[in-house]
Amino acid sequence: MPQIFHHSTNSLSKFSVFGALFLAVGGLWFLLEVNRSSYVTRAHEARPQPVPFSHAHHVGGLGVDCRYCHTSVDKAAYAGIPPTQTCMNCHSQIWSQSPTLEPVRASYKTDKSIEWTKVHDLPDFVYFNHSAHVNKGVGCSTCHGRVDKMPLVWQEKSLQMEWCLDCHRHPQRYVRPKTEVFNIAWEPPADQEEKGRDLVKEYNIHPRTTCSTCHR
Amino acid sequence: MSAEPGVPVVRVDLSGVRRRLDGTQGRTFWKSLEELAETPGFLEFLHREFPEQASEFDDPAGRREFLRVMGASLALAGLTACTKQPTETIVPYVKAPENVIPGRPLFFATAVTEGGYAKGVLVESHMGRPTKIEGNPDHPASLGATDAVTQAAILGLYDPDRSKTLTSYGEIRSWTTFVDTLRAALGPQRISKGAGLRILTETVTSPTLAQQIKDLLADYPEARWHQYEPAARDNARAGGILAFGEAVEARYSFANADVVLSLDADFLGTGPGAVRYIRDFASRRKITSERPEMNRLYVVESSISVTGASADHRLPVRPSQVEGFARAVAAGLALAVEGGTADHADLVAALVKDLKRTDGRSVVVAGDAQPPAVHALAHAMNEKLGAVGKTVAYTAPVEAESVDRLASLKALVADMLAAKVQVLVVLGGNPVFTAPADFGIAYAMEKVALRVHLGLYDDETAERCHWHIPEAHSLETWSDARAFDGTVTVMQPLIAPLYGGKSAHEVVAAFRADRSGHDVVKDYWRAHLGGVDTERTWQRVLHDGVVAGTSFPEKNVTVKLGEWARVAPPPPAKGVEVVLRPDPSIGDGRYANNGWLQELPKPLTKLTWDNAVLMSPAMAKALGIVTTTNYDGRLENGGKRISTGTISDVVKVKVESRTIEGPAWVVPGHPEGVVTVHLGFGRTRAGRVGNGVGFNAYALRASTALWSATGVEVTKSGATHLVACTQDHWSMEGRNLMRAASLEEFEKNPEIVHEGGEEPPAELSMYPRHKYEGHAWGMSIDLNSCVGCNACVTACQSENNIPVVGRDQVGRGREMQWIRVDRYYEGPPEAPETYHQPVLCMHCENAPCEVVCPVAATVHSDEGLNEMVYNRCVGTRYCSNNCPYKVRRFNFYLYQDWETPSLKLMRNPDVTVRSRGVMEKCTYCVQRINEKRIDSKNEGREIKDGEIKTACQQACPAEAIIFGDVNDPESRVSKLKATPRNYGLLAELNTRPRTSYLASVKNYNPEIRRG
Amino acid sequence: MASPVPKDTHQTEHDRLIAPGHDFGTVTDTISQIVLQRKTPLGWFIGFGIAFSLMQLLFVATAFLLFKGIGVWGVTIPIGWGFDIINFVWWIGIGHAGTLISAILLLLRQEWRTSINRFAEAMTLFAVACAAFYPIFHTGRPWVAVYWLMPYPNTMGLWPNFRSPLIWDVFAVSTYATVSAMFWFVGLIPDLATLRDRAKSKVWKVIYGMAAMGWRGSARHWHNYETIYLLLAGLATPLVVSVHTIVSLDFATGIVPGWHATIFPPYFVAGAIYAGFAMVLTLAIPLRKFYGLEDFITMKHLENMAKIMMATGLIVAYGYMMEAFMAWYSANPYELFMIKNRMTGPYASSYWALILCNVVAPNFLWAKNLRTSVPFLFCISLVVSVGMWLERFVIIVTSLHRDFLPSSWGIYSGTRYDWAAFVGTLGLFVTLLFLFVRFLPAISIFEMRTILPGAAMGDEEGK
Repeated sequence: MPQIFHHSTNSLSKFSVFGALFLAVGGLWFLLEVNRSSYVTRAHEARPQPVPFSHAHHVGGLGVDCRYCHTSVDKAAYAGIPPTQTCMNCHSQIWSQSPTLEPVRASYKTDKSIEWTKVHDLPDFVYFNHSAHVNKGVGCSTCHGRVDKMPLVWQEKSLQMEWCLDCHRHPQRYVRPKTEVFNIAWEPPADQEEKGRDLVKEYNIHPRTTCSTCHR
Repeated sequence: MSAEPGVPVVRVDLSGVRRRLDGTQGRTFWKSLEELAETPGFLEFLHREFPEQASEFDDPAGRREFLRVMGASLALAGLTACTKQPTETIVPYVKAPENVIPGRPLFFATAVTEGGYAKGVLVESHMGRPTKIEGNPDHPASLGATDAVTQAAILGLYDPDRSKTLTSYGEIRSWTTFVDTLRAALGPQRISKGAGLRILTETVTSPTLAQQIKDLLADYPEARWHQYEPAARDNARAGGILAFGEAVEARYSFANADVVLSLDADFLGTGPGAVRYIRDFASRRKITSERPEMNRLYVVESSISVTGASADHRLPVRPSQVEGFARAVAAGLALAVEGGTADHADLVAALVKDLKRTDGRSVVVAGDAQPPAVHALAHAMNEKLGAVGKTVAYTAPVEAESVDRLASLKALVADMLAAKVQVLVVLGGNPVFTAPADFGIAYAMEKVALRVHLGLYDDETAERCHWHIPEAHSLETWSDARAFDGTVTVMQPLIAPLYGGKSAHEVVAAFRADRSGHDVVKDYWRAHLGGVDTERTWQRVLHDGVVAGTSFPEKNVTVKLGEWARVAPPPPAKGVEVVLRPDPSIGDGRYANNGWLQELPKPLTKLTWDNAVLMSPAMAKALGIVTTTNYDGRLENGGKRISTGTISDVVKVKVESRTIEGPAWVVPGHPEGVVTVHLGFGRTRAGRVGNGVGFNAYALRASTALWSATGVEVTKSGATHLVACTQDHWSMEGRNLMRAASLEEFEKNPEIVHEGGEEPPAELSMYPRHKYEGHAWGMSIDLNSCVGCNACVTACQSENNIPVVGRDQVGRGREMQWIRVDRYYEGPPEAPETYHQPVLCMHCENAPCEVVCPVAATVHSDEGLNEMVYNRCVGTRYCSNNCPYKVRRFNFYLYQDWETPSLKLMRNPDVTVRSRGVMEKCTYCVQRINEKRIDSKNEGREIKDGEIKTACQQACPAEAIIFGDVNDPESRVSKLKATPRNYGLLAELNTRPRTSYLASVKNYNPEIRRG
Repeated sequence: MASPVPKDTHQTEHDRLIAPGHDFGTVTDTISQIVLQRKTPLGWFIGFGIAFSLMQLLFVATAFLLFKGIGVWGVTIPIGWGFDIINFVWWIGIGHAGTLISAILLLLRQEWRTSINRFAEAMTLFAVACAAFYPIFHTGRPWVAVYWLMPYPNTMGLWPNFRSPLIWDVFAVSTYATVSAMFWFVGLIPDLATLRDRAKSKVWKVIYGMAAMGWRGSARHWHNYETIYLLLAGLATPLVVSVHTIVSLDFATGIVPGWHATIFPPYFVAGAIYAGFAMVLTLAIPLRKFYGLEDFITMKHLENMAKIMMATGLIVAYGYMMEAFMAWYSANPYELFMIKNRMTGPYASSYWALILCNVVAPNFLWAKNLRTSVPFLFCISLVVSVGMWLERFVIIVTSLHRDFLPSSWGIYSGTRYDWAAFVGTLGLFVTLLFLFVRFLPAISIFEMRTILPGAAMGDEEGK
């Protein structure tokens, strides 16, 4: 009787049997990669803002201190987004006619807030506290990157839990002298590990990895 | 199917109960006389009562949830790839307000009023949203604690059912239109000097409002100001007049009282001083083996109450017997008083001896429901005992205008019927619902040309009025009020009126000229506050929440034993008597639309979402009352099909021509021949939560028999009613869960507490022991101080964003409160001892829940907390199965209201709002722990002992709950855990609970033989 | 056509593994024609129709469950598990007979297994499929449960809690499913080849051909086949014990009185085999009747299975006895109360019904005449299936509903949605079985050939 299958189907079947395995494994690996990619984390994605506020200009150019606008960063959980008032402190004098600043002036006049787009957005079940970090020698740039080089701010890190845990498990790799916390240009020294270890001792840093530290 | 021997299945067989109790040796605790029915069935209906929000499950929310779920399940293909954060916005201030730091709450001192009296509070405000109410430590009526009702006021503020618009004949109108109409109507009144003008308020203690009304009456001399309060303390007032010839306010200092006799007085449960009284009373029950002195409480009561439950000796009697008893005791104290009863002679004798023993460190308290004579007798006895000045003080009445409220309303009704009234302004209150049935106030009001109502809700009274003005909530208004001792609190608003409500001040002001409540109140106090710099004093007053030195001074008054002392009281009535009381949760009905309070298990009956006809076991047996637990959903309940819960026979209660029908509920220790019904239910216009819940007991209430009536007929109606009760079983099965001893036993052998419960050595665990370098949190609960007031339950609900689930779900055992108060009985059903045991997560050292969770959603923290990670939980419910304390709560449905905007404002931003399908439970208020830890670290210091207070601890009036670091031997909690009364619940399982209890000790009078 | 050697004349009708008068041809024909016959019998369509519509219930119930939440079920606090876990354990248990028959009996060289192992294994697979439904959908959030239960390097830096028996379940059940599937498929290959060769239509030739993976029945093929089949049997053997042991640990590791007992593993395994054989009988009896396979599934098979049922039934009975004894012997008030409550409490009827079904009923099998009465066996097997379901109900519900604190006791009953899901899984199970008997040989053709008297001569002419 005639053959149902052509000879080539032998190799085909062999291939499909082993291929399936690799396909499965590869697929899983791919998904894990996607999940860490900036497509999901939205890292390095400059978000459009109602006013094209440039940190590069204000911080990098003019050297405005972080705390001038983010006033509660060392006092509370939230760093604090400046009220329109703060913008107008200067911009009632400088660029007071600039069309790009129209929304700011409008807000000030109409007493309606400017709605900024959130860049660093944690899920609602995560409770992050800025003061706890800033007061223990975790610098702004450690998490936020060189905002002084960002015309429009983007999210530097993945903000995924494994990223948080990395620092909470090895603080010595990231802490810096408290004096340097707001120094956006600070670069870790070559011997960061040792220096870090000393600082961890000095500042008596005990990063907690127990769930209720951030979830409650 | 059969049940335990001696107890037939569906019937509460009291002979069976008796046999059972006789059969058991030693302490036999039991919970409720209800037996489980064994009728497993298969039908179920997704019926749902309206909880705090009125969302049915088949609503858009549900559909959205469905889509979300579907989306999520489709997303599985891409694992977590679909957890991509949506773009959100930040809305900063335009001009930042002073001293507001985003993310840091501010606390403002103000007061919440009930029945006109102030309870001082501190309100937590998150960027302008009040979210939580705490007691004001500087306020005499609070001392930092609160009660359940005050805690729930925050839900009352955000209640979406509050009336939102000013209406006239149902049409929306503007405030100015109203003012014009009012002024127009007042035109003729000017001529008639206001002869046709009447103002009806609740009890008023506000000096400002009183002044305003007095000024108004100056303009309209013929006008009248009436006050009515359904649960008014007229008898106490009349009693004072009887005894002293003038109205007085009696103020007690239970902290000094060694012996307390309550004549039907529920001073721990109701009344403006209750919170303070619990604190003082409990302070005398925190005994140690070194200092084993404690007070002794005798309660003679005609119903059930938390006070009676806390008594060392309790005598349940008929309402009409109390006076006879009082007279007997008075006579025993050698007062020239006639008509004392001859019964209970030995009790009276021992009692008298005990009262005298303490030379003045004893006190007699008469209940608001008792006739004036009893109050007068109490005054006489206190004077005779030399208690005045030590345990009791008399001051002028705290009400701005002390009147007999009932008489006042009666006069108003008479005037209305006589068509003497053209303009009636009702400032707060709901008289149409709460007035005695025989007044026919609704009919009388029809005769008034212009009727104006100011109220939080568009309620029964609003319905009868031409104009309804939405009232501003206590947390939205400028006002002032006096506490039980007269201390004034100037109330400041926490938030601008959500629905443009007006305060009574503003409405009264509008008679002359529109003025803001702020100006009215401030002007008054500018005139009345001493001090050089009024503005600074004003700021201080607002900051402190009390006006210093406004507490009323003591008065010197002496009792004149008048005719009343000699005339014998009418002989105790034959037949059944009915007792009417405000509901322990929803009061006189004003809180009927508050889901937290509706779902709050009532202190002794553990009923939710209902009132019932409470009666003694014997009476229930005589009536052949059947109580079953139904699970097959084929039950008609008020036309509604309800699936699960406890069904009880409905009884008809008839007084003269007035009748009500309600489910019978058996309460051990309830006086014989008496039924108790609670007021406040059966509302028709309360709102979506309160409408149609329970039956309206006001229908039974006549002006002649406000608190109790005789000649009552109680008959089975043949119908059954389904009640949601949070308890299921009455027997403790002889388990040693609730440890208690008599003071004698305890003095002899402090270790008695630990007998019959061994704790296995800690090493007996497969898993390595946890190490704690830093803190290790723990809690101690004093069962001897706890009076079962439920403040902790509501406080927890408020602090932790706990949803309300509704009657049906409670009936299924799906209530969500993280802390519950278990109530146990000991002894004979007709006169048992009652004990309360608050149960919350024990945060076990060897937690059975932790090992079994497959995804590690509940884990042990480095500070000993048993953490519940909602966002990790997948909801296998394995942890709950394995929890011996059953303190875990599961979101079987989407219980949380994710839609109603006002409720979103109410939530505590520091606590995750749980969604469907996750387990939750007590966290020891970890958000508070974290806040303090971060603060202390930022300030480079250690956390101080007592710095962290859990919500339940902070609310507890009895200071029965103490939280702290058990790693620190000096901490308060460590010291308490070291005392002999300390024991762990189910410690024999080697769970090693961090929450431990201090055993209860009863201070029995050795001379009194106990039943 | 080799006529059979009459060497089995002395065999009585009762201990015969295959009726006389069969040769390779007849065996192959009878079995393969069930699959290859032109027109499907009407009965098949009716049966399939019913099963299929019941299966729809499962989908409806599940959709509703996802829409509303777990609340539609009867579960509550304190009874956190109900029908979900009852049915899970029940289904998993049923699977065991298949593995036992295919693996252990193979290693023990029990010839009589050959005519029943194929559909017993199929039954195992389908039962596991039904069981698998519950662990996923009994969770409050299935959409995360399905992958959070898996250990993989995730962005949360978290692993599952390996101390939890539920995680052990995940591994146990998935392994079980995989191995059983492999075993079943490998066993099918030679028969698939037969079907390929005998199929009339091209389509079926191709389909069976692909499945047969180029089987030509060469000596080398047979050699490889034998090796792998034995290996898989070796792999499957421990699973017979391990899977239900681990399932039993879900309870044994808990502190709940009535769960916390070391006897659970053996007594669960015995129970599983008990239930499994009951189900095999429940399926075998109608199958042989409907397709006239009495010649292949003889009374000896039925009787052997009956014997195993009886044996395991007695072990289970011993388990119940020890539970009661230990409750008393341990002097633990909670245990003592638990057992008293089981016997006299709200669910007493379930308990006594279970005793009736699982302890009393199997003892009838001592009598040979009952043991060999087909209708009676069928009834008994149904009774036992019910009994085993009740056992799980009693263990889970009566233990949970009254545990330590009387203040939080409750009562449980399944809702309409609980029942819908249960009936739905039954539908799924039967549907799969119908498809199986229609499209695959329900009895292993080539293995049947090996037990033919003529097989001894190694006669290889297969047509």
